Amino acid sequence: MTSFTLNGKKMTVEAEADTPLLWVIRDEAGLTGTKFGCGIGMCGACTVHIGGKAARSCVTPISAIEGAEIVTIEGLDPKGQHPVQKAWQDLQVPQCGYCQSGQIMQAAAVLKDNPSISDADIDAQMTGNLCRCMTYTRIRAAVRQAANAMKAG
Amino acid sequence: MKLRNRPETPETPALSRRGFLVAAAGTGVAFSFLTACGQAETASTAPAYEPTQWYAIDNAGIVTVNIIRAEMGQHVGTSLARILADELEAKWEDVRINHVDSDPKWGLMVTGGSWSVWQTYPLYSQAGAAGRMAMIEAGAKALGVDAATCSAANSEVVSGDKKISFKEIVRRGGLTKTYTPEELAKITFKPADQRKLIGKPVTSLDVIEKTTGAAVYGIDAKVEGMVYGYPIIPPTRNGGQVNYVMDAPAKDIKGYIQTVVLKDPSNTVPGWAVVIADSWYAAKKAAKAITLEYQNTPTMNVSEKDIQDRAAKLIADPKTGSVLPTGNTDTAGAFKKAKSTLDATYTTATALHFQMEPVNALALEKDGKWEIHTGNQWQSLVLPWLAKALEVDEKNVVMKTYRLGGGFGRRLNGDYAVGAALASKAIGKPVKMILDRESDSKFDSVRSPSVQKMRMGFDKDNTPIAMEQHVACGWPTEVMAPFFMPKGEKDVPYDPFAINGANHWYSVGAHKVRAISNDLASATFRPGWLRSVGPGFTNWALESFMDEAAHKAKVDPVQFRINLLKAEGANAGSAPNAIGGAARQANVVKLAAEKAGWGQTLPAGTGLGLATSFGQERDMPTWVACVARVSVDKATGNVKVEKLTLVADAGTVVDPDGALAQMQGASLWGLSLALHEGTEFVDGNVKALNLNAYTPLRLADVPELDISFVPSTEAPVGLGEPATTVVGPAIGNAIFNAVGARLRHIPITAAAVKAAMA
Repeated sequence: MTSFTLNGKKMTVEAEADTPLLWVIRDEAGLTGTKFGCGIGMCGACTVHIGGKAARSCVTPISAIEGAEIVTIEGLDPKGQHPVQKAWQDLQVPQCGYCQSGQIMQAAAVLKDNPSISDADIDAQMTGNLCRCMTYTRIRAAVRQAANAMKAG
Repeated sequence: MKLRNRPETPETPALSRRGFLVAAAGTGVAFSFLTACGQAETASTAPAYEPTQWYAIDNAGIVTVNIIRAEMGQHVGTSLARILADELEAKWEDVRINHVDSDPKWGLMVTGGSWSVWQTYPLYSQAGAAGRMAMIEAGAKALGVDAATCSAANSEVVSGDKKISFKEIVRRGGLTKTYTPEELAKITFKPADQRKLIGKPVTSLDVIEKTTGAAVYGIDAKVEGMVYGYPIIPPTRNGGQVNYVMDAPAKDIKGYIQTVVLKDPSNTVPGWAVVIADSWYAAKKAAKAITLEYQNTPTMNVSEKDIQDRAAKLIADPKTGSVLPTGNTDTAGAFKKAKSTLDATYTTATALHFQMEPVNALALEKDGKWEIHTGNQWQSLVLPWLAKALEVDEKNVVMKTYRLGGGFGRRLNGDYAVGAALASKAIGKPVKMILDRESDSKFDSVRSPSVQKMRMGFDKDNTPIAMEQHVACGWPTEVMAPFFMPKGEKDVPYDPFAINGANHWYSVGAHKVRAISNDLASATFRPGWLRSVGPGFTNWALESFMDEAAHKAKVDPVQFRINLLKAEGANAGSAPNAIGGAARQANVVKLAAEKAGWGQTLPAGTGLGLATSFGQERDMPTWVACVARVSVDKATGNVKVEKLTLVADAGTVVDPDGALAQMQGASLWGLSLALHEGTEFVDGNVKALNLNAYTPLRLADVPELDISFVPSTEAPVGLGEPATTVVGPAIGNAIFNAVGARLRHIPITAAAVKAAMA
């Protein structure tokens, strides 16, 4: 049994200790905004926040999250209007959209720690998130726009 | 069928053979096409016409447009609905899109080839305009005025100071109106300067759900009582047969249920075993504990080199392949007259789709009907496979539509759905099957490696008088959809998606384009259609070779191309899609060169390179040119792409922001394929299975992009792929201009650049 907080709600699951958090979020909690891409932590589609930090849920066994606070794309903002989401909507970043939950969660965590981020750091912090539609130029611009909004706000 | 024409879709015959009906339909007005042979009586009862509806207006004034194309990131619903809404004069806020499930009533359901806008534009323009006329007629009656005094705008019919909304017209009911084919043909569309939606910025209807986690993809589909399936993929794509299964150790894994070896009458998934469990992770874990033994297959030792050697051998045999009808194909005669010749061989490596969402499907049977829940680009292709595999009639299989976590051509081939369906049939329960990434790669319908032999003959003034391009690779269309293959000279069929691009618009005198199917390739794997298909590799060879030819002729490569893009004879272009012909290609070449500062002095080790393309098919040319600016580290051979400048002439741009997005994505795909991707066959399957070995472009390596469109009111053509085809050769040509290294293989590696410099 593993207990943790998911988007502000207490949750206890009986899945085997080695089960990746991703599948618990998707199939037990029924929150499908977090996506499966590579299963080895290298595409970023499964990115969630664990204790406020971006983490790859596909390589995080639930044994590692006892008592932790987990936030998924569905819990980032009650109305889907986090500054990062707003920037993504404004600039119409998504194409197929499959990687974008992970991109947004990665950007939100990075900007929370550092809204004064440099362009070089945007590249360095976001480059672990693969986008196969190659929406990269818009991702860059949207992270910058969100950073400006978060600094101002 | 003749593929150089607009591929047959239900729309084209619908317009020529059918009448258009506007009938009162319960709470809404249904706009339907129906056969013109006296069915109008039955047509007046709404349910009978639902099957042929393209859109409806309900009594709240909401216009719901049916979309038969797959949404895979191109915002296709937004592009297509606005074509219809513009002529209908509906407010964009009133428009909704409905992605429909498979049904024979929609005719051919396929999303690919950059065809969607091009194919749908005339149909939806006409459907929208006919609806507007119906609204005006009914509105005029309601207002008590002559219809000639009325116009429509913003979902309202207006006459002087009187007006009535579409909503109110629908609420009053009693709408019936049919149009004969003659009347339909007479409908004139509004002039381009009166368009309100086409070409204007609007918000894509699918963006918000893709930022909140709400968008539902195939992998998210679920039904009550389903179990999970994890397929164990056999060592080779074809000929697989399981001799032995030992699953005793798996029985200790919590949640494991059973393993089924599939029996597949359609031979789509030979040698598959599917591990069933009550969670997907348990199934995947159990798979590791299961031992399988397979029958040997003829391709179990095939390597990339074997496949490429076979291609070269086939090219060397003049009896193989199909020669495309490019006019004067007597190159032998022309070469005899040539004062000098140029020869080169180009190759490309196996490339994976690596779409972000691994392939998956949920299959179940309900009351004798099979439901397949999955993301798919070509429902009409996979339905017969499913029916054959399940041994049921096609009418008892329906495909439910989901968002695609990337298409790029992978989901044109819906083979994976067959695995889910057979597993469900075997255990009598709904099965949700998901491939993990490694299995997705092993089972990918890869872009075939290719070998291309190029030859050009010149006269005494170094002007080309003959050209040949021989292309050997695995043919996806031959394997999966042979009915789609047109015929070349002597009635020999060819796969247009394995050769298009070679049949270019340059005037080079005698011109022979020969397409050759590599039989070892298609025995070893199921060749796939991958974003930009044939031109993705034929244009690599063509545009690199044109550069070599320019240097040999001692003419600037931009000027050399412009000199040959003469727009004469077969290259003069024709209505409706290719008006202007090669002159429009010459124009984008000029514009891109100017924008990129062609001819400027650059630092040592830095170079500009240009390449151009007519896109995917001669009959729907999208004219594109790209200039790449690269710098090369001479010590290591490392290539850094600093900037890509692209100019496209795609006729009317329906969705400007969506068009830009497609160009951005397509051009970076070209960069990724040229420098970052590629794998090889080893022991009958691909070597790179996940991101630790297959390395598509990442954000940190994305160069500056300068993308622009030539303003145009010509027919809209495709934009999803053309930019992919020009970037690779532009980079190759830029490397040559930077350090004198000529690259003839993609992916281009640092080691190859270094070797070519020496």
